[in-house]
Amino acid sequence: MNGAFFVIGASHQLAPIAIRERLALPGEAAGRLHQELIALPEVRELALLNTCNRVEFYGVAAHPTAPARIQDAFCAHQRFAVDEFERFRLDLHGRSALQHLLEVAAGLDSQMIGETEIFGQVKEAYAAAQAHHAAGPVLNRVFQKVFQAAKHVRSHTAINLGQVSIANVAVELARNIFGNLATAQVLLLGAGDIGEKTARAFQNRGAGTLTISSRRLERAMELAVSLGARALPFEQRLTRLGEFDIVVCATAATEAVVTDELVGAAMKKRPVRPLLLIDLCLPRNVEAAAAKRQNVFVYNLDDLAKIADENRRAREAEVAKCRLILSDRADLLWPQVEAQLAALAAAAPKFGA
Amino acid sequence: MLALFTDRQWLWGAAMFYLAGWLLGTWSWSSRGRPSGFAVYALLAAGYALQICGLGVRGQAVGGCPLGNTFEICQFTAWSALSVYLVAGVTFRSGLLGYLMACLAAVITVVSLSQPSWDATRRAHIFGNNPWLEFHAALAVFSYGVFALLALTSLLFLMRLHSLQSKSLGGWFALLPSMLDLDQIGLRLLLVGAALLAASLAIGSVYWLRDTASVSVAKLLASVLVLLAAAAMLGLRLRGWLVAKRFAWACVALFGAALLSLYIVDESRRPLAPPAAARAEP
Repeated sequence: MNGAFFVIGASHQLAPIAIRERLALPGEAAGRLHQELIALPEVRELALLNTCNRVEFYGVAAHPTAPARIQDAFCAHQRFAVDEFERFRLDLHGRSALQHLLEVAAGLDSQMIGETEIFGQVKEAYAAAQAHHAAGPVLNRVFQKVFQAAKHVRSHTAINLGQVSIANVAVELARNIFGNLATAQVLLLGAGDIGEKTARAFQNRGAGTLTISSRRLERAMELAVSLGARALPFEQRLTRLGEFDIVVCATAATEAVVTDELVGAAMKKRPVRPLLLIDLCLPRNVEAAAAKRQNVFVYNLDDLAKIADENRRAREAEVAKCRLILSDRADLLWPQVEAQLAALAAAAPKFGA
Repeated sequence: MLALFTDRQWLWGAAMFYLAGWLLGTWSWSSRGRPSGFAVYALLAAGYALQICGLGVRGQAVGGCPLGNTFEICQFTAWSALSVYLVAGVTFRSGLLGYLMACLAAVITVVSLSQPSWDATRRAHIFGNNPWLEFHAALAVFSYGVFALLALTSLLFLMRLHSLQSKSLGGWFALLPSMLDLDQIGLRLLLVGAALLAASLAIGSVYWLRDTASVSVAKLLASVLVLLAAAAMLGLRLRGWLVAKRFAWACVALFGAALLSLYIVDESRRPLAPPAAARAEP
């Protein structure tokens, strides 16, 4: 009975990226495969968690061969050798499978520990299982309890405190200075990839106005259109720097594009309001001396990486505490799941019906 | 109901609530990584209610606003700071500010209750039954309570600044409000404190002009200097000449100066009247 609840699949913990690429399921294919698998007589209930870092099938077996049948069908669908899959697969049963799902939903099993996106992805997986009529009494109970436990862990530990990506650290810094970003004026110097990512991070956190300036005005205008921002001729940064609260430097320039003198002139126009300069360039685009000015905050790539690293370490330090909480939850939940599995087995067995 | 306990018993009760808020905040901080905002706020509010009772009993005993000795001034200052915090703290939503407020209130009230000499001389009717003089004194001490809260928010600002400059955003730095929010609340508190003190001194000056010998030069100078300092800081801040770190340190120094002036004002009083009777504890 213990093995009737199971998880089988592959994740970043065991499978390298090259393998995960071959196992990845595009959205529509995932839906079709899910429907095929739930039709198997050995499978009673099934949810498919399909993200860039994992493909995992959480199910309730009507017969002990259910995980193997799912594995075979999945490998056939992906044209992947079963024996190769077995080298990288995750295959857990009973309480261990439950504990794994709890840790996945809480972000403990994520590549970026404590990230919150996975919680939404687990919710989507459950919603899809419901839509495909693949969620029964066991999965319904398990997923509801898993969501409660994941929320509890996030609100009672520091697992999701502090940002761990460069772009989000930049936004966190801005929030620590300006609070609500709705009134903050953001200037992006340079229209490359990293600048765009950072600009999007600011927009996602509700930054008031975004302006993009690049030596190539047409590129700045192009990016401005795609981000719903404004474009500014590059040379105008010299006279208009004081109008902005946050300046993200992401140009390919080999010399400083924001000099100490320029910052000094800007601060004369806004002595009370702080100026945040985020330098994402190598060599640096903001003169280091500017950081010594009152109410001016300069962060370069090393600074952002250091903060991200500290946050990551802080999250890792919370993992043991979170596991303990989730283990307690699994101890409470598992007897209920076992009882439901027993009731299901005693009722009409699907296998061979 | 006020007669159920003596003034000092009410005030000890209040102090215990403040202390409980501080201890609860410390415990929740160490166990959960953040001070428990609502619980600390509730304990402060309960302590505040008891302190009103205690100050009320003392006020009845001395026949006016209880500002006749160091103990009473300390209690009134803590009460004033809490009055502002309990209103402004709701919108500020900073668990850390509540925690520091609990810490400040507990220290002021417990220390003042533990020093019998601070409450040895009780002066009744120190304002000569003149409600305007009483209002003048109450406003002045209330403004010092506002400066106490200003000092706390300025300390939070300095901590936030330190976290930004040292590039350490984690741990308890993550609990701090943003720099701009702290700066804005600091400016508003300074404005309120300066306005209250100005109003207080304006009222007092009317009576001083009638009888210049009634106020010692030391008291006059100390009070006026605190007001001038607050006004100068306000002017410099609004002109953008005193900002960020310097402004925050100036606010902390202003509270220090206010405390010093309270000491001078208290010392400048001539020994008056025999101890008040009534329900006040011997």
